Amino acid sequence: MYRKIMVPIDLAHIEVIEPTLETVADLARHYDAEVCYVGVTSTTPSSVARTPEEFTRKLEAFAQKRAAVHGQPVSTHTIASPDPVADLDRDLVKAIDEVGADLVVMPTHLPKHIDVIMPSHGGKVATHTDVSVFLVRPRKG
Amino acid sequence: MADNENANGKPEASEGIPAPEGAANLIDTDYVIGQDNISASPMGIDVDLHGKVFAVSSIVVLFFVIITLALQEQVAPLFSATFSFLTGNMAWFFLLAANIFVLLSVVLIFTPLGKVRIGGMDAKPDFSYAGWFAMLFAAGMGIGLMYFGVSEPMDHFQAALGGISTENGARTDWAPLGAAEGDEAGALALGMAATIFHWGLHPWGIYAVVALSLAIFSFNKGLPLTMRSIFYPILGERVWGWPGHVIDILAVFATLFGLATSLGLGAQQATNGLNDLFGIPDTNVTMVLLIVAITIVAIGSITLGVDKGVQRLSQLNMGLAFLLLAFVIIVGPTLMIATGFFKNLGHYLTYLPALSNPFGREDANFSQGWTAFYWAWWISWSPFVGMFIARVSRGRTVREFLIAVLLVPSLVSVLWMTSFGSSGISQLLAGTFEGEADALFVMLAGLPLTEITSFIAIVLVIVFFITSSDSGSLVIDSITAGGKVDAPKPQRIFWAIIEGAIAIGLLIGGGLAALQAAVISTGLPFTLVLLVGCYAIIKGLMSEPRVR
Repeated sequence: MYRKIMVPIDLAHIEVIEPTLETVADLARHYDAEVCYVGVTSTTPSSVARTPEEFTRKLEAFAQKRAAVHGQPVSTHTIASPDPVADLDRDLVKAIDEVGADLVVMPTHLPKHIDVIMPSHGGKVATHTDVSVFLVRPRKG
Repeated sequence: MADNENANGKPEASEGIPAPEGAANLIDTDYVIGQDNISASPMGIDVDLHGKVFAVSSIVVLFFVIITLALQEQVAPLFSATFSFLTGNMAWFFLLAANIFVLLSVVLIFTPLGKVRIGGMDAKPDFSYAGWFAMLFAAGMGIGLMYFGVSEPMDHFQAALGGISTENGARTDWAPLGAAEGDEAGALALGMAATIFHWGLHPWGIYAVVALSLAIFSFNKGLPLTMRSIFYPILGERVWGWPGHVIDILAVFATLFGLATSLGLGAQQATNGLNDLFGIPDTNVTMVLLIVAITIVAIGSITLGVDKGVQRLSQLNMGLAFLLLAFVIIVGPTLMIATGFFKNLGHYLTYLPALSNPFGREDANFSQGWTAFYWAWWISWSPFVGMFIARVSRGRTVREFLIAVLLVPSLVSVLWMTSFGSSGISQLLAGTFEGEADALFVMLAGLPLTEITSFIAIVLVIVFFITSSDSGSLVIDSITAGGKVDAPKPQRIFWAIIEGAIAIGLLIGGGLAALQAAVISTGLPFTLVLLVGCYAIIKGLMSEPRVR
């Protein structure tokens, strides 16, 4: 049913997206789908990488590590943005088409009051794309 | 190793993958961007800040605002005395340093170092030429051109025409160089040359040095995008400690107060314009509402980001400014402007050596009161403008960068000053230049369609303030987040609100002008920072691969 799953990840906060990664692994095996890990980085040096090229390498290494876990084919896609915080949603929606994904699995936080002025990325992406979006919330407790 | 842990004690996600080599020459440092940051979620709002820089600069800011408001009568003379001392006794230093910045920038265009590409050999520009240039210009001097475009050429023209007057052997006139008593053509030439001198190569040379050194050390050397990074060649790993904190705190101070005071003074002038045009009462309430409105739009713009927010507003600005310029050229003294452009360019280059001479000046009032003041002013703005220019210039070669940051804006300044200055001066000579308001509005009143053009002028002033406010908030946020440009959005909004709040506080409580003197005083320490920047640029560029 799904051939390519796109997974936006934040290399700086890998520990908080563990539930998402597990979900992706299960889904990928179930549908025998390819997993495309998408990372957004600033063009200026960041805590993860000092250049977009270095970021791509780290993303690549991360994807290979995940491939070893779930055994499905993997690919990566790096988005280098001069202002990643502001452009994230638009960049992700654009990436869905670019990588040709038919399912997006991404982490999101629990709804909170600030969402009124700054909606969650997951919610924003889901309203702007025609592919299916699976939002993974943090585990309770 | 502790360096690989962030403030929460969690190891960084990315261990053991080597940095790329070749295309750009990264500096080998153990510093991880954001390692000294504190991240937390108070009240459900995420923050990610450099603990020391944020804490100390917030306290310094608060301290200064309280002192300026509470002890206004005591501190105002102190601030202005410091400032007169600096421009009076250190004028030679400002003039000399600015000449060095211009020389370095011009020379770099023609050397092989101009072939180095910002962001590494294969980097692609993030913005189109039009968007890039609009942002450079709007951040750099947009607002000043609105205020000084008419008044400054007229001031110099009148002073030069008035000739030299002396008292006890010291000159009391404000004319540049040897003045041009009674000689209309000579006074015009000298007046325009002096104005263009203050708005031409020198200010842009100052910005270019800051922006280029930051861009090289951030995009090519992999250091965080914050002022301290250009000190790496001198201080080495110590820039991550207190020496670096101090440089960054000073940059936050200059940027925040520079913006807040300009915002306050700008609101006063825009209110004058609105009063003149629509009869809107010229009161504190109007000014506060104006600052609130400017802040709200600026917040909207930074929430949308550099690409969709700041870039678009800057382009809107350039479009409006171009319309106003075209109108003045067509409706004003067209022939005088058309021939004036080339003549003034010639006068500028002729008088440039004399005007930029730092030593043994006969025109102390002009060289200290005008030139040194301007240089200190541009330099105190340079951390903010330079950092913003750096951030949007990735992917350009050094040569391309310098032509766009130095030569093109200087030519635009020549055209702008010629058009607005000539119109003002020709009205003055014809005896039709009269009015109480700001010189710009008086000049526009002498041309047809006054209501429309004055309205456009007011809108331009306001939008220029919005673009300054939003790019300034981005810069402060990134400095106080230890060079991170991907810190949570609410922080940017926080800084935009603080800027507006300080402007309102000082506007109502008084002390804007006093604080502006204090801000310009930061020009002196930053001149040293910029001289280090020159060294850093050369050192940084020498170790970079060049585009073939």
